[in-house]
Amino acid sequence: MINLETPKKFRPLIGQAHQVAMNLLRPNSRKYDQREHEYPKELDMLAAMIDGLSDSGASNGAGAAGVRRSEEEQAAAAAKDEGRTKNGANLASVLSIMEMCWGDVGLLLSMPRQGLGNSAIASVANDEQAERFKGVWASMAITEPGTGSDSANIQTTAVLDGDEYVLDGEKIFVTAGDRCDAVVVWATLDKSLGRAAIKSFVVPKGTPGMRVERLEHKLGIRASDTATIIFDGCRVPKENLLGSPEVDVKQGFAGAMATFDNTRPLVAAMALGCARASLELTKELLEGAGVEIDYDRPALGQSAAAATFLQLESDWEAAYLLTLQAAWKADNREPNSLEASMAKAKAGRVGSDITLRCVELAGSIGYGEHELLEKWARDSKILDIFEGTQQIQQLIVARRLLGLSSAELK
Amino acid sequence: MSATTRPEEPAPAVTPPSKHGLASREKPDPIGLAVAVLNRLAQTSALDRFGLRRPTERAVFEATRSGFRTLGAVNRQFARKGRKGATGTRVPAAAGTGTFDVTPTEDEQMLVDVVSEFAEELVRPAAAAADEATQAPDEVLKASLEIGLPILGVPEELGGISTERSAMAGTLVAEALAKGDMGIAVAALAPGAVSTALSLWGTDEQQSTYLPAFTGADVPAAALALAEPRPLFDPLQPRTTARRDGDGFVLDGVKSMVPRGAAAELFVVGAELDGEPRLFLVESGTEGLEIEAEPAMGLRAAELSRLVLKGVRVGAIAPLGDADDYAECIRLSRLAWCALSLGTAQAVLDYVIPYVNERKAFGEPVSHRQAVAFMVANIGIELQGMRLVTYRAASRAAQGKSFAREVALARRLCAERGMQIGNDGVQLLGGHGFVKEHPVERWYRDLRAIGLMEGGVLV
Repeated sequence: MINLETPKKFRPLIGQAHQVAMNLLRPNSRKYDQREHEYPKELDMLAAMIDGLSDSGASNGAGAAGVRRSEEEQAAAAAKDEGRTKNGANLASVLSIMEMCWGDVGLLLSMPRQGLGNSAIASVANDEQAERFKGVWASMAITEPGTGSDSANIQTTAVLDGDEYVLDGEKIFVTAGDRCDAVVVWATLDKSLGRAAIKSFVVPKGTPGMRVERLEHKLGIRASDTATIIFDGCRVPKENLLGSPEVDVKQGFAGAMATFDNTRPLVAAMALGCARASLELTKELLEGAGVEIDYDRPALGQSAAAATFLQLESDWEAAYLLTLQAAWKADNREPNSLEASMAKAKAGRVGSDITLRCVELAGSIGYGEHELLEKWARDSKILDIFEGTQQIQQLIVARRLLGLSSAELK
Repeated sequence: MSATTRPEEPAPAVTPPSKHGLASREKPDPIGLAVAVLNRLAQTSALDRFGLRRPTERAVFEATRSGFRTLGAVNRQFARKGRKGATGTRVPAAAGTGTFDVTPTEDEQMLVDVVSEFAEELVRPAAAAADEATQAPDEVLKASLEIGLPILGVPEELGGISTERSAMAGTLVAEALAKGDMGIAVAALAPGAVSTALSLWGTDEQQSTYLPAFTGADVPAAALALAEPRPLFDPLQPRTTARRDGDGFVLDGVKSMVPRGAAAELFVVGAELDGEPRLFLVESGTEGLEIEAEPAMGLRAAELSRLVLKGVRVGAIAPLGDADDYAECIRLSRLAWCALSLGTAQAVLDYVIPYVNERKAFGEPVSHRQAVAFMVANIGIELQGMRLVTYRAASRAAQGKSFAREVALARRLCAERGMQIGNDGVQLLGGHGFVKEHPVERWYRDLRAIGLMEGGVLV
């Protein structure tokens, strides 16, 4: 039965996340926007609380995609057998992340033990690895100075030497790269074998040969540290390679890319949370200025501000439902690569569009630092870039719809 | 035209037509007048030399321009039955599950399969000719009755097939139908709009009197007439008026974009009564009711017309529902238009994909270029967004939840993004998209309707 409302069983979870966002993230929002690179110590307390909730089974935190696959598989299979649809960890994550990013995107990205590396571990790790890396705060290191969207072209190498891999290369734009406990690094076993030879490795902090070179100064999400990390003869146990060490040329990139099907809806959710914050405040500011949004009267018969607002809200709603759909498909173990990219593309672009337009609608109040509207308009931009830019999402969607290979549609 | 010259005159209910699309401030100067004379001469000689005169088209054109009117169709006898003032039969709202789910129910899916087959095999092949003829073919409309379109929203107890609110099913059906053709879809769905309105808001008397015709073998054409010919028309403030007269009402005004107006035997008309917008049942043979053809940019198969009401007297049976029901009617009608846009936009996507994959330029399929491929990607992304937002509104309506906001958002989205899809559909075919050999130009014309239509269809 078609029902696109927030699942009933996740309402308490969303409520909790909302309270945290309102009472802990928002009060610190401007502070860490202004004090870039300072560690948001308030988050430690929060992380402890979330861990407690997770252990009690009462909550799925921001890294809830870290729920083990095997358990999820079983639940999804059971639901399918009974002809039920399942609302699981993916939907829960998307909804709680959206709520937290309504609070603050930068702080959410700095949540201890909730890094994108944790999602990668959850998606690809075997049971032994999952146990060993439990509770580790893992960031994700893919991008290099010469390689962004074309991640198949990475230059960082991993060479097996006895029982260890030796990593060499430079990684940039590592979110939480300074604060994390470990980094999930993409490196190639053999450049001549292309994307099939790219594997991910968990490198704990303090491993000799790995060093944080510097931190970036950014347009937005300034509460989140973004690191450049150098690997120089860095040795990790071969058991730290996530997934299979075999280079399967046919299988290609699929394993590594599968992570994105889980994380893209999460980034879409970040954009949606941030954009909703802008919409809600702007709506109230407009009401204070005498502009009421009327859902029954034609948009064009209302003021330009009201009509603009309706357009923004309708785009938001589309992106929101695309994101829930992508997560819902993942919960039910249906392929969701297309839906995940659609969600990321739409949410990424409307996130920028909405937050920027809200600054304009609110005038100097929107542009000034007295309010957070200008900050949200800066924060949102990255969400149309990382985890695959707008253009990469469009490429993926286009290839799927048109049935074209990456060689045909470059 | 200015307020100073005619201060006491109320704004006209119908915006007077412009001359050749010129704003009224445009006045020819002496050179302009000379050019106008030349234009006439040129036209005459051109017509004579090349035999360009096409008598039939001309006749149609002139008839429309001069406001050619006919009386409403002679309606059948709708024998008065049922208990006056007693509440009619209502179906309950669908029970929610509380679980997020994008899968239709089995019943809905079966319905969609039947309608999709109908749309593919009967509607699409008839679409181009119906557009040209400004008329939906009889056999297609007859077949649409056989698959039960007019009784989809009618309660089982009253001879229909509805056991709970059918807004979701109606949305899926409208979408599937419009994938065949939006104009024919509107023509086929028009009677169902009236029967659904009767089912949702009718008294026992209204349902007993009018619904048997819709559940029987000989279903009348009927239409929900809400729009009025005015810029920035707001359906919550219709300028068509209803005035109390004895135990009945007298209606005056003009309704616009009424599907199959000339054939319809029963109308549901929006009019203001005592400062509130209300719905009224009007039988087509009522004195003072006239029909005027109003062919438009698209939806031509729907035989759009104006409904001119001059002192039309209706009885006590006429008012359908209250002002809140009127507002809900507006929302449910907009929802149906959103659903139609989904089907047509899907038709665009399905058509352009093989085209851009086969069409070659610079030695390879044009789809291998990002400028082309991204346009296709965006059609896919926006269409799925439109679909989900529309479905959410529909499922809320079916579950008896508030859905004003959701419909408003769906309408904005389907108007804006749906039109973009229509526009890109033509663009992707280039010059070939502009000619009638391909259907994309028709979809372009049809998709323009979504943001402005009120009434006609309802789920």
